[in-house]
Amino acid sequence: MILNASGCLDALTAPEVAHTLDVFVTKTVTPLPREGNQPVRIAETDFGMLNSIGLANPGIDRFVADTLPRLLDLGVSVWVSVGGFAAHEYAEICARLDHEPIAAIELNVSCPNVSSPEEEVEQIVAAARAATTKTLYAKLSPSVPDVGAAAVAAARAGADGLTLVNTIRGLALDELTLEPKLGPGVGGLSGPALRPIALAAVFAAYRATGLPIVGVGGVETGAHGLELIAAGASAFALGTVLFADPEAPVRVREELEREASARGFATPLAAYAAAHGGPPPTPLRRVA
Amino acid sequence: MRRELLDVVRVDEVGPYRLLRLKRGRLESGAPGQFFMLSPPGRLLPRPMSLSLATRTELGFLIDPVGPGTKALTTLVRGERLHVLGPLGNGFRLDVARPLLVGGGIGLAPFPYLSERLGRPPAVLGFRSQEHAEAAALVPNAEVVVEPRLVTEALRPGHDVLACGPEPMLRAVAELDPGAQLAWEAPMACGYGACYGCAVEIGGELKRLCVEGPVLERAA
Ligand SMILES: Cc1cc2nc3c(=O)[nH]c(=O)nc-3n(C[C@H](O)[C@H](O)[C@H](O)COP(=O)(O)OP(=O)(O)OC[C@H]3O[C@@H](n4cnc5c(N)ncnc54)[C@H](O)[C@@H]3O)c2cc1C
Ligand SMILES: Cc1cc2nc3c(=O)[nH]c(=O)nc-3n(C[C@H](O)[C@H](O)[C@H](O)COP(=O)(O)O)c2cc1C
Ligand code: FES
Repeated sequence: MILNASGCLDALTAPEVAHTLDVFVTKTVTPLPREGNQPVRIAETDFGMLNSIGLANPGIDRFVADTLPRLLDLGVSVWVSVGGFAAHEYAEICARLDHEPIAAIELNVSCPNVSSPEEEVEQIVAAARAATTKTLYAKLSPSVPDVGAAAVAAARAGADGLTLVNTIRGLALDELTLEPKLGPGVGGLSGPALRPIALAAVFAAYRATGLPIVGVGGVETGAHGLELIAAGASAFALGTVLFADPEAPVRVREELEREASARGFATPLAAYAAAHGGPPPTPLRRVA
Repeated sequence: MRRELLDVVRVDEVGPYRLLRLKRGRLESGAPGQFFMLSPPGRLLPRPMSLSLATRTELGFLIDPVGPGTKALTTLVRGERLHVLGPLGNGFRLDVARPLLVGGGIGLAPFPYLSERLGRPPAVLGFRSQEHAEAAALVPNAEVVVEPRLVTEALRPGHDVLACGPEPMLRAVAELDPGAQLAWEAPMACGYGACYGCAVEIGGELKRLCVEGPVLERAA
């Protein structure tokens, strides 16, 4: 299954790209509208890029009234990425989405461009879980001492799956003035630089939970996607690569099939958790 | 929007700028003022470029080599290939009675194509130096203004202004002629509405320039 990474595609302006994905993931929606950060918002770096979009979005009211119906009209399977500044805000949005015909909710508990959510992952996921019966994925940051522990916290609180990883904070300076290139100073690093970090996070979270995982971070080719699957992802998402290549989903899907069969796997998913050698861990059961 | 791997025909010197000439493939040339995303070899992100020239067999891009991406584009040689996506965004409105093209520096890039489509109207082009002003040869009927003189000093009333250039020039033009069509710039990662990186203030709100523009009827 190939998705887009949240914030890296607008299905309404590029429906032809959305139709080449198995799932369209929205940009993170927050309770109130957000204009996002002041420009400059993007900068290329060595092996990646920085962004400081700052969760620009129309807010949940306009999203539900205007954006979501138009997305559903496209006939694509929709996951809604949800963000907030406190657990009750995530819960509010999840309750609003509970009766909408969307396939899943992805809780963005990891955006590096806003001050970090006050409550811990566990509280946010638990509050969201209480507010909806929809499939819930928790999108985690790799910038924590122990990704496995964060994954376990999300699983305990009732997450059905995990998305790994979001961006990591980075800074780029103008060569001449030595001032930050981005308006807000720092931004989130994405692209090839994240690839080994995403692999390690998926590897650790699979070990710790056995939950379904969407691998995200620097995927540019089918071989990169296959590696995430081998590390324990059951699906993966394309982010930064879409900016340079809107046809990446089609290309990557073909490469994935080819790369899997070249290694003797009947299907790409036959490589699931291959990096772990032994039998898969028992999935954690929900506690509450 | 369509993406193709195009062959480099050659790169011509035009003063300090370079004219990158590509085999056209099956890409549409689009409306003047629309742009393409060109993927420089060795860079992660593509760079937005206005279409400068279109013939039946070639697309031409006039490039100012200011940084790593534009330098990589201008050092391409015949036989090399690069990905080109486009045409993108909204170009100039061509239903104008008395067009006047107003450009500053590399902002003249879309004008050879625009001038052709508008029947070679008059143009006023401003440059930083005589060397930069060599590029004016690409635009028919152009009056050249070199700093310290500014294009705004050469503007004549009674025209429909179509302008492209650095932000201070566009603001000065808009001040003199609120009805001018202005081609703006912003850093762009995707060019097709995916990244929200190109946000600029339009009508008091931050909007995506690649979707709403780059040509806007009012000051951004
Ligand atoms: C719609 C559009 C059409 C364009 N058409 C042309 C064209 O026809 N010919 C041409 O030479 N250039 C054009 N540009 C500008 C060009 O895209 C940038 O100069 C280029 O992306 C810079 O990349 P770089 O890696 O060479 O330099 P960078 O290292 O990215 O930048 C070098 C310097 O240029 C500044 N800069 C970078 N991008 C922009 C930008 N988009 N707007 C303003 N300043 C910027 C940076 O702040 C820095 O000071 C256009 C831009 C847009 C948005
Ligand atoms: C421009 C941009 C905007 C993003 N916006 C969001 C967002 O709104 N919500 C979110 O959860 N992640 C967001 N991300 C992070 C991506 O979803 C993804 O986790 C990250 O970019 C790593 O994947 P990549 O290396 O393939 O891009 C954004 C990334 C970029 C580059
Ligand atoms: S350049 Fe990506 S949204 Fe405009």
